[in-house]
Amino acid sequence: MTLSLSDPTWYPIASSEDLPFRHVYQGQLLGRELAVWRADDGNVNVWENRCLHRGVRLSIGINEGGELKCQYHGWRYANRSAGCTYIPAHPADAPARRIQNRTYPVREAYGLIWSAANDQQAFRPFAGAEGHDWFALRPVPVNAAPEDVLAALGGLAPDDQPADLLPGLAVRFGGIYYFVQPVDAGRAVIRGLLREQPVDAVATLRHYNELLSKLRDRLERSAARKPAPEPLQPAYDKVSADLATMPDIAIPKGNTITVMVKRKWVSADGVIGFELAGRDGHLPTFQPGAHIDLHLPNGMTRQYSITNGPGELMSYIIGVKQESASKGGSKVLVETVREGDLLSISEPRNNFPLRRDAIRTVLIAGGIGITPLLSMARFLDKSALPYELHYFTRAGETVAFRSELEALHGKVIFHTGLPRAEIGTAIATALGQWSMAQHVYVCGPGPMLETVRDTAAAQGWPDESIHFEYFKNDKIIDNSSAFDVELARSAMTLHVPSGKSIMEVMREAGLTVPSSCEQGACGTCLTTVIEGEVDHQDVYLNDSEKRANSCMMTCVSRAKSARLVLDI
Amino acid sequence: MTTIDPTTRDLWQVIAATDEVPVGMVETTVLLDVRLALTRDTSGNPVVWRRTNEEQDDEIDPETVLDRLPVITGYGYVWTSLGNPPRELFPIPEYAEADRKNMSCGSIGLAVSAPRAVENFLDMGHFPYVHTDILGAEPHTEVKEYDVEVSEERDEVLATRCKFIQPRAAKSATEAMEVEYVYRVPHPFCSVLYKSCPEDESRRDVIAIFLQPMTEERCRAHLLQSMIDSESTITDLRRFQQTIFGQDKPILENQYPKRLPLDPRAETPIRADKSAIAYRRWLSQKGITYGVIPMAS
Repeated sequence: MTLSLSDPTWYPIASSEDLPFRHVYQGQLLGRELAVWRADDGNVNVWENRCLHRGVRLSIGINEGGELKCQYHGWRYANRSAGCTYIPAHPADAPARRIQNRTYPVREAYGLIWSAANDQQAFRPFAGAEGHDWFALRPVPVNAAPEDVLAALGGLAPDDQPADLLPGLAVRFGGIYYFVQPVDAGRAVIRGLLREQPVDAVATLRHYNELLSKLRDRLERSAARKPAPEPLQPAYDKVSADLATMPDIAIPKGNTITVMVKRKWVSADGVIGFELAGRDGHLPTFQPGAHIDLHLPNGMTRQYSITNGPGELMSYIIGVKQESASKGGSKVLVETVREGDLLSISEPRNNFPLRRDAIRTVLIAGGIGITPLLSMARFLDKSALPYELHYFTRAGETVAFRSELEALHGKVIFHTGLPRAEIGTAIATALGQWSMAQHVYVCGPGPMLETVRDTAAAQGWPDESIHFEYFKNDKIIDNSSAFDVELARSAMTLHVPSGKSIMEVMREAGLTVPSSCEQGACGTCLTTVIEGEVDHQDVYLNDSEKRANSCMMTCVSRAKSARLVLDI
Repeated sequence: MTTIDPTTRDLWQVIAATDEVPVGMVETTVLLDVRLALTRDTSGNPVVWRRTNEEQDDEIDPETVLDRLPVITGYGYVWTSLGNPPRELFPIPEYAEADRKNMSCGSIGLAVSAPRAVENFLDMGHFPYVHTDILGAEPHTEVKEYDVEVSEERDEVLATRCKFIQPRAAKSATEAMEVEYVYRVPHPFCSVLYKSCPEDESRRDVIAIFLQPMTEERCRAHLLQSMIDSESTITDLRRFQQTIFGQDKPILENQYPKRLPLDPRAETPIRADKSAIAYRRWLSQKGITYGVIPMAS
């Protein structure tokens, strides 16, 4: 048998015991190195053992429980997806692109961690696996060809009980199974399983250790007499072309994902929680502060922040405010969407990036504004970074996500039913005087946002340290210009007069244009610009994206040039 | 057998600190997979040749060595070449200034290719993580925009306007300061760094790294400091630099693959990597294949 890099067979690569929490284990399979680690939710990750940035082994990285942090440049990768969530060299807008480490399939079963070189084959239990309380022996590494190791293990069988060869470099006799982990052409690890828990575990482990050590010595002596086999040469996948260049901005793709409403509950008076689960495995990586666009059954689109903590990708949890005056967005969600329903969401997008290198982080939430800040607090909490979360609720309103907030280890302060004047004082006290590397993040009603901005500025906080998210564009839109738009793909030229938006003109011309907030805040109508100079008036794109002049919102943006060419 | 590309073959390559080569005794080393022997003659001039049966610490009369490799000394080090080297070494004019403390800071073996080590030297992003509380510290993790040019005239990569906040930028620094750097790569395996000097605002300290490519995946780093520092002893200054280097070593030795990939799609660049990207392209254009994974043609 010749070992192949693309062999889809599942092999054991570690014992469950090798993966205590907050540790990264270096595994090996078919010439490849693997970073194997358990997240705090129990999930085991098997990744290519190198950071995508400069190739430093992730097995020397730091397991933060929901993310793995590379020791070289502090890049962080999320549990399950291996997506990069933070690049400290550019903390404000990174990662601008989807950066994902290579992952391998994994299954934890019978006291062992199993993996394969690729996903071609589903995991199948070995014959006779079910119905036993398996006991894993200590692994024994051997410098010999895996097939020779397998043959020698077969030779351990007593004469009256011939060994049973199983698929995937395994052999069985009596109540013992041996699996050969093919590390490389000339290296292997013997992993044994006993069908029952032994009476004296230590004596049993010692017995097999002695037996297998003798076998190893014999195998290594004979391997040393043979020519060493050529080691396997794993190839590293190239990063995608768009990751290899360095664009300043990311244009979010219009990809939608179908999710199922797994749970719907009342989180607080007037706040409904929704848990949206992926239909097939995990959802995409998100950053703290990120939101999704939710496509509602009535055709509308609304933005909701993801409240999850790091590496929690099996479902997104959002909070929806049930407002009596609602125009139909949250009303539809709250009244007609039920558990089990399917909904369409966008990939997560982050307009509210969290720096994860601050000396002090102050999070200020008002009402439903708690949702992005809950996620931020969870990220800071997992990394043991100092933060304070101030959560303001009106009298009569109850605290949403209370149990989630109480599970945090940081400082969470509830301000309930304060009179308006006292809110200002509470905010001023919460902020304190600014000093270097302090950041405040605020999400809540407009007046509260203004109070925080004004108070912070008065107390010496520079603009770069005050972060807030708009779900509404409060700027006055200047729609006095007149210009032409050429729609490249539709082969159509339209004149946009003053007083009308590009979107309105396109709709009048019979085009279907997706939109949501229609005030330049949500990003739904984001369009690629091919030519012309854009007069941005939205609050969705950041400054570098605006400067790049390669995309815009058709609902509020206009042209500074006489003509714009759009990719529509 | 590894082939040595013509560019690499014709370069001057560092092999030892001049002062550390004994007179009349054999020192052995490896350069570009070739085993070398060296010694100094009675006038103190180094003699280098391809090693045959000589052993480390053998006594030898340098006059008997006939088949010698080219030799030059510079910046405190002995340089040789397996091909036809240029007339002179690349310039570091500051080295000649009278009031500087010039010192070699040791030669440290590294299980990684020489270009990987150069790239690490050019990189500011790792300061807060690898050199915590010395060359960097959280919260100052941001790498601000800087300028990079590849000078055709001088045939070197030049990164300017590089700024980073450092808790303790030099031996003589007592508090955090924003340090300005200029990086030069005047030789495929050597880099020179100029950083603002705590003692004299108008001048700059110079730290250089000269890498001796032993094999494609192993090198020795030879460190030079040329400092304006009236307080510290040479021993202190050396120890400071060795501490920094000792922190880089385990990270470098965990880089995979050990040779530097030149294909821009091999690893994910970010804006902070501008100088590294320019360096990789420069190596590619020069046709260097030793210690790198060349672009697939």
